[in-house]
Amino acid sequence: MSNPDISIAIFLMAFIILFTRFLPFMFFRKKYPTRIFNYLENNIPPLVMLLLVMYCLRNVKWGLSPFGLPEIIGIATVVMLHLWRNNSVLSIVSGTILYMLAVRII
Amino acid sequence: MIDPKDKDLRTSTIFKVAFQKSIPVMFGYVPLGIAFGFLFTQSGYFWLYAVLMSIIIYSGATQFLAIGLFINLAPMTEIAVTTLLLNLRHSFFGLSLIRKFSNIPHVKPYLIFALTDETYALLASMDEPEQQSRARYYFFISLLNHLYWVTGTLMGALIGRVIKADLRGMDFALTALFVVLVIEQYKKVHSLRPFLIGAIAGIMCLVFVASQYMLLVSILSGTVTLLLLRKKN
Repeated sequence: MSNPDISIAIFLMAFIILFTRFLPFMFFRKKYPTRIFNYLENNIPPLVMLLLVMYCLRNVKWGLSPFGLPEIIGIATVVMLHLWRNNSVLSIVSGTILYMLAVRII
Repeated sequence: MIDPKDKDLRTSTIFKVAFQKSIPVMFGYVPLGIAFGFLFTQSGYFWLYAVLMSIIIYSGATQFLAIGLFINLAPMTEIAVTTLLLNLRHSFFGLSLIRKFSNIPHVKPYLIFALTDETYALLASMDEPEQQSRARYYFFISLLNHLYWVTGTLMGALIGRVIKADLRGMDFALTALFVVLVIEQYKKVHSLRPFLIGAIAGIMCLVFVASQYMLLVSILSGTVTLLLLRKKN
């Protein structure tokens, strides 16, 4: 693709993404059914967080060596540290460092 | 009545907390941004386009995919449809934030524009800040995350060839962040239902749906299931 085409494509993509982000806010401008939104407000975040974790792991090949071991080590570290110390930054940084070591060693 | 000094102090406190919350996203966005900027310029395209994309598109998955679409000379219609399908999940993020954003003046359009997966995850997990500080809190988090992404891209696009640092695996910070947020969400809702629905939808979609659409289809089907199960109660 040549340069002028790319700039058109970039603006097109930016516009479409802007649309997807603004859509619900345009749809429910003034009035919205409070009870349903209460329900969605509480239930969509846990649903989405879990799906984001699964999405992050989508390329892990569980059946091939190293069988997702670095991911398992990283996530186990995060979960255990977080349940123990309840400090997000500590859990995330430790898990990430162990994962970075694991992908180099294993 | 209002002491401007006091107000200043509070804004800086809010900024500090926002910065702390955003650190994991920095670990994810900077290396990912570097990877994107590097890959984009290596593909033979003008580096400023990479930075422009990170400023106005600001969607990692879309931007990486765009490189492939550009190289393969994909037609505009394909680019448009792919972008739409890949990003429709943002509409569902918005659904759960409508009330949190409802009384925010001035910066609301920016907050909506800057609503990436990671920013959504932080904003949705946060304990409700006081009404007065909420706008600034949300704004700082959104802006910082945006800056990490643009800075990473700029670094990758400009000096990617010089840097030798091995950042492999650093983007695991985002996975770790989401894991922490799952735990936090569980503590908050005390119900396994949304997680069970998510797990089933996620596994089904990992098996049956092309990986670039997995997130959209699983969030869509999960939300529909949530709504269907609600009526029965």
